[in-house]
Amino acid sequence: MGSKKLGMWLFIISDALTFTALLMAYSYSRISNPNWPTPFPIYPAVVFSTTMTIVLLGSSLTMVMGVAAAHRNDRSAAVKWILATMAGGAIFCALHIYEWMHLIHEEHVTLFSNPWGVPLFGATFFGITGLHMTHVSLGVLYLGVIAFAFGRGKFSAEDVEVSGLYWHFVDLVWMFVFPMIYLMSVKY
Amino acid sequence: MSEHTANHATSRTFLLVWIGLVALTMIEVWLAYIRLDLRLMLILLLGLSVCKAGMIMSFFMHLKYEKFSLTLLLVPALVVCICLMAIFFPDGIRALQMRN
Repeated sequence: MGSKKLGMWLFIISDALTFTALLMAYSYSRISNPNWPTPFPIYPAVVFSTTMTIVLLGSSLTMVMGVAAAHRNDRSAAVKWILATMAGGAIFCALHIYEWMHLIHEEHVTLFSNPWGVPLFGATFFGITGLHMTHVSLGVLYLGVIAFAFGRGKFSAEDVEVSGLYWHFVDLVWMFVFPMIYLMSVKY
Repeated sequence: MSEHTANHATSRTFLLVWIGLVALTMIEVWLAYIRLDLRLMLILLLGLSVCKAGMIMSFFMHLKYEKFSLTLLLVPALVVCICLMAIFFPDGIRALQMRN
């Protein structure tokens, strides 16, 4: 195995612990506050975040196809798959920002206050989803660099695979953020 | 090594794994929809999420097709560190009891 791949794996493990720490802090706050807000109705909030989840999962599938094409040395197909992945990531971010704007402007949620009770809710929600969205945005830029250079014959298939590892990790983190933040906070 | 990994999984495998991930996600949403007890739901949701994470790591991230020593290097360390963080939970419960 190449050093780049091992390096990315080690980064992923450490980054996973960053997200774990945030989710643990969120869980701690929730345990110690009995009236934690549960503001997300099934429709539209959960349906909306489920759509975001499917989009992100879809972008993982296109990334896998891109890595497979890169290993076949089919550079144009690999670039197209990576561009599709970037589009998925961009759609995810756009939907997420739309949701944020709705929460900030219409529900009046801020980092330190919200209309439902425990003020920490905003800090945990925006902190966790914000760090995840930062990862997705940076991932789109990272994939853009990889697609550009790989299309021009510069990077190797391993570089595409390593960028794919990062992208799948971002997807993996969302698989924990989505149930813990949204599905555990359904308003019935 | 790279050529070696690509030979193992086909597009069909990836598509099947992806369908499995979407199906598990739908089950999670359904669990939220039918309004279970919050503690039971947390356990079920985390269980399903760990399954999904395993599927993503094994297939999409190719861990299944790498040397097993890589899994041994990464997974136990991560699991131990995550479990160590659970040491804060008793204090969370204490804080709740002090509040009441």
